[in-house]
Amino acid sequence: MNEAIFFLNNAVVPGLVIGSIYALGAVGITLIYGILRFAHFAHGDLMTMGGFVSYLLAIGLAGIGVSTTFPVAYLILPVAIAITAVAALAIDRMFYAPLRARGVKPVTLLVASIGVTMMIQGLIRLFFGTGTYNFFEATPKVIHQIRLPIEGVTRPISFTQPQVVMVLVTVAVVIALHFFLTRSRFGKAMRAVSDNADLAQVSGINLRMVVRITWIIAGGLACLAGTMLALDVTLKPDLAFNIILPIFAAAIVGGVGQVYGAIAGGYLIGFAESLSVFNWAVLLRPFRDQLPDWLPTNLAIVPTEYKLTVAFVILVITLLVRPTGIFRGASL
Amino acid sequence: MIRRALILYALFFGLVLIVGWTMGAPFTARLLVETAAYALIALGLNIQWGYGGLFNFGILGLVMLGGFAVTAMAMPVSTAFWGSDGPWLIGRAIIAAGIGALLIIGAGRLDRIGFSRGWKRTFQVLAWIVAYIGFRTQIDPAVESIESSVRWIGGLGLPSWVGWIFGGVLAAGVAWLIGKVTLGLRSDYLAIATIGIAEIIRALIKNMEWLTRGTLTVSPVPWPVPLPQAYQADGISVTDSFVYARAGYLILVVAVLVAALLLVQRAYAGPWGRMMRAIRDNYIAAGAMGKDVRARQLQLFVLGSALIGIGGAMLTSFTQIYDPSGYQTIDHTFLIWVMVIVGGAGNNFGAVFGGMLIYLVWVMSEPVSQWLFTRLSDWFVSLGWAPIPEIASRALQMRVFVLGLVIVLALRYAPRGLIPEVTGRTRLDEKPTTKTESPDPA
Repeated sequence: MNEAIFFLNNAVVPGLVIGSIYALGAVGITLIYGILRFAHFAHGDLMTMGGFVSYLLAIGLAGIGVSTTFPVAYLILPVAIAITAVAALAIDRMFYAPLRARGVKPVTLLVASIGVTMMIQGLIRLFFGTGTYNFFEATPKVIHQIRLPIEGVTRPISFTQPQVVMVLVTVAVVIALHFFLTRSRFGKAMRAVSDNADLAQVSGINLRMVVRITWIIAGGLACLAGTMLALDVTLKPDLAFNIILPIFAAAIVGGVGQVYGAIAGGYLIGFAESLSVFNWAVLLRPFRDQLPDWLPTNLAIVPTEYKLTVAFVILVITLLVRPTGIFRGASL
Repeated sequence: MIRRALILYALFFGLVLIVGWTMGAPFTARLLVETAAYALIALGLNIQWGYGGLFNFGILGLVMLGGFAVTAMAMPVSTAFWGSDGPWLIGRAIIAAGIGALLIIGAGRLDRIGFSRGWKRTFQVLAWIVAYIGFRTQIDPAVESIESSVRWIGGLGLPSWVGWIFGGVLAAGVAWLIGKVTLGLRSDYLAIATIGIAEIIRALIKNMEWLTRGTLTVSPVPWPVPLPQAYQADGISVTDSFVYARAGYLILVVAVLVAALLLVQRAYAGPWGRMMRAIRDNYIAAGAMGKDVRARQLQLFVLGSALIGIGGAMLTSFTQIYDPSGYQTIDHTFLIWVMVIVGGAGNNFGAVFGGMLIYLVWVMSEPVSQWLFTRLSDWFVSLGWAPIPEIASRALQMRVFVLGLVIVLALRYAPRGLIPEVTGRTRLDEKPTTKTESPDPA
């Protein structure tokens, strides 16, 4: 039983947590791809920016004497989301809209988004340096431990409070997004544009409005994911730049342009990463007397230092075997 | 167009003179060597993107492979390794990998002896799993044994220029594999796939300490020309010795760059180049004319990667240290893209010019912004505010921002680059055709 709990703590919980982050990021990427038809490379830095906006607001609130028993970041999250959404709109207005108006190829927009990536990174590092920041300077991170009332079980199931909040928030966002896309006027308009932009426009859908809403949702989700990630680990300028490729992998594996696919892809990549570096020999420990001697003590599928490559390998395999992704997204 | 190119090149050398006057001759000599190496890398990318419209965002991996090639060839032979049982262990791992590859290839051919598609797939997956487990059972003990006894396998003790050639060959070989796998993808997927592959290469080089020494770094990598220390032994002053040695290195790099530029330019102007541009501009039409689109694109990918690998090898042997953690996507992939976009995709002289100019901007934006920040900080103090803290590390980050700004501005105001590709040579008197966009194969 202890081994099963070890598995839960070291493979399932991390997979769920990082999967949630990937899912939130991948939804934004896939929405932008569906509406604007380009791979938005600056999404990772939008997430980092969201994290830093939250951090600044949290410091500001602490500065004027607000103190809470929970991390103050939860309180300011709506404001931070609004600010990041506005920033995303501004970035689109300044850098992507002029190029779109000229009718450039999607790939030029991709290169432009790399430029935006570098500008955001440069600015963040200019103001915050290269150090790490922590949301938990005022209030300690709460760690929940659940002890199972079973004989012989010594290990508790443990996870932190931000992790619980993160998974719950992701579920809530997914449900909200589902109702927005299927029930609301704007959501239906977005799906129509994603299916066929020309047809949607001749049916009287305001394309500019749809683009704006896309950026608001994508920016808001990016801020949410960035802040959540910063709460789970620490806040640093290259926070999301390092996970933008797994997020792209999640969006592509799920099927580009497919919101549910992005969520599935996010969790798939997250679990693939945590399960492939998990030492499976631990699960065999109860049977160690029956096992042959030649079995190595470390049965991880890939060594821990290659964790990052798991997402890329899955990405490359998906691109080769089923380029439309699980949910049949935009075809090649 | 030629006059414009000449003026721009003259302006660049004017800038270099200003830099030389303010920063001193040894610094300028170093800058010029690195500039020439980056120009060669930019030329390599121009072959892929400018001629073929191929989205290679995996430059980082190819540059790293070039650097590794130099260390593998030029570092001294490790007698401790060759005297131990290490070579036999590595040999067994290579044999295991070979058997695994045979299994995988064999499983892929099963349909020829009457297996259905489903069974073939099943056996293919099984073959991959068996090959992976087989390889791991051999390589893991080998790595453990080498890393605990002799640390790494050392080099081959060959001259540095052999390493340069091997760098080109290694990068070309890996690019052939990458191209075989990814070139069928649409442009933006190709970009993401190549970034991913570059990250895999980086992770491998960083962690395979037995082969590359990983983060422990390899130094000193020998030079193909006499080092400053050799000149100092002859009684030349330290400053002058650096200038002489770097000038010697510069001559070698520039010779390679000029040779590559002339050869590539000749190929570009000939029927081969016209075919490549035809494929780039309309691959369906080119395919209908009987051109083997995939094979030609693979050719471009391999050729460009060879130049990138050679450039990476030159950079590594110049700095004399191979540190895998010193390679960043921004400095080694995005920077090269900015060079080609700003210089002019599709024009070799444009790409080389972009390589030189952007590298100069990249290097000089650090001291310039440091100077600006110091002034700004002094002004803040005179206003009674606090001075800016940590100016040195902040100024270093400014260049990332400057580079991003350059990309966005170039795409918006000069999408065809400073020295654009010449299209429609017969109508030079007319305005250039209304081609506003760099071409895209899809």
